[in-house]
Order: sequence, then structure tokens, then C-alpha cells
Amino acid sequence: MMAVGTELEAKTFPAITRTAIVEYQGASGDFQPIHHDEPFARSAGYEAPLVVGMLPAGMLTAWAAERFGAQNVRRTRVRFKSMVWPGDVLTAQGRVTDASDAQIEVELWATNQDDAVVVQAWMTFVVTSASQP
Amino acid sequence: MVDFNAKGSTGAPFRFDVEYGKLQEFARAIATDDPAYREDASPVVPPTFLTSMFHWERNVPESNPWPLVAMSQKRGVHAEQEYVFHGPPPRAGDRLTATSRIDEIWEKEGRRGGKLVFVTMVTEFRDADGVLVAEAKMTAVETAKPPEEDA
Repeated sequence: MMAVGTELEAKTFPAITRTAIVEYQGASGDFQPIHHDEPFARSAGYEAPLVVGMLPAGMLTAWAAERFGAQNVRRTRVRFKSMVWPGDVLTAQGRVTDASDAQIEVELWATNQDDAVVVQAWMTFVVTSASQP
Repeated sequence: MVDFNAKGSTGAPFRFDVEYGKLQEFARAIATDDPAYREDASPVVPPTFLTSMFHWERNVPESNPWPLVAMSQKRGVHAEQEYVFHGPPPRAGDRLTATSRIDEIWEKEGRRGGKLVFVTMVTEFRDADGVLVAEAKMTAVETAKPPEEDA
């Protein structure tokens, strides 16, 4: 059984580009202009298009799912903590908060280059042979 | 201003086919090269994939009850998002039917003063037999003042 408190090996992702935002919006179907239309974002008072929060949320939770098995995911909850901007370099981290023979609970967070937490997540995985180290 | 009467509003059901190609696009966009999404004949979806229901709800008029909430665009933020799979995650090839409803609306006093209004929208995903296979819950908050970057 996996020990409570086990830390996951952190992963730092490449800087998020405007192209990555566009690729994510195309994939997700969320075409809100504030995430890609620079004049629109400026008129709303931002210096650049704001990264869609669901992009770092997707990166963080898929990173954890690779560790415990994407087929074992049963619950994923994400909380948006602060804004993400083009050029930000995010690092995914996490730890096991509960574990039994049946399921594993993890707490995850992604920080930016200034060590600010931008998104938190909590996930539940069922335990199968594929989710054991 | 949030319209509290929107609570309980339910959108028209819409079809959501889980497609292999869409799943590939999504996996690439969230910067994962997990073989789980590529190598299986019908791969499971990434944890947040159901957000791509945006593509399909627009096919059906009045499928999205969210506009009825009338949340301020300037003072509203997406605060939380949750996905529950009632069993193994959906797989490419699954044909789902999704229905969204405004589930809860409540208010509380903010730490910096001013009321916060919370709204949740739940989307149910059912298979061809009507079995509930997954749910998505979006939580949005309307603040009394526009959110600050460090909020």
C-alpha cells in the first residue's frame, strides 16, 4: 500500500505560450476571447491574454493520472488560485493524503516561477495492479 | 447580478460522442504524452476532458442554462471545477448524452467585505442505457467588486 505523505516527483513544464493557449482552446471548445485576443484582453484591463485556468488544471491532473493510471481516476476537483500568463513556467507537485487497499487520495498543486500556487487539485484513484509503484 | 431564480433551470440534453481524434487533440493540448491516451484501441479520457462538452452543447439551442444565471462578466470568476466518474472513465467510442442544470445558488459575506454569490452548474453524462456515468460541477463566484489579481 502506498504510504500517506508520499510526495510525487515534481515536474516542470515548458513555458506556456500563446500558441499553447490557442491549441487548448481549440481542443476544449472554450473560445472566450480574453484568452487569445490581445486587444480584447487589453480593453478588459489586462496586459496580455489570460491563460485559460482549465489548461494548467488539465496539465496538473493528467500529470498525476499518468502516475496512478488514467483508467483509475474516479474524482477530480480543481480550484483556481491565481491568474496564469503567457510565459509562465509551471511546476506540478503533489502528495498522497489517504491510501487504502481500495483507493488513493492525492492533493496536487501547480506553482509558477515566483512560487505562487496557481491551481490546486484533489483526485481519487481506485487501486489496481497498475496503480501500484 | 446573479438571478437567484435561475436555480433549478435545466438545459436541453445534447449528444456528446467521445472521439479518438478529439481525445488526442486534448491530450496534446494539456502537454501529456501518457500512452494511456494513445495506445489503447479506445483510450480513456484525460481527467478534465469532459470540459470539451463546449463543442457539443452549442449544437443544441438552450442546452446551456448558464446565461439564465446572469452573472456579471466583470465580477464573475470560475472558482472550482469537479469531475466525478461513477466507474471507469469514459472511453473513445462512448456515446453520451449530457444535461446541465443550475444546481445551487448561495451567498456569503466575503473576507474583505461585500457579498459573494456562489453558483454551481452540474452536467450529467449518461450512456445509451440512461446510466449516469459521469458528472461535471462548475462553481463560479460573483464578487461585490472586480476580482484583484491576488484575490
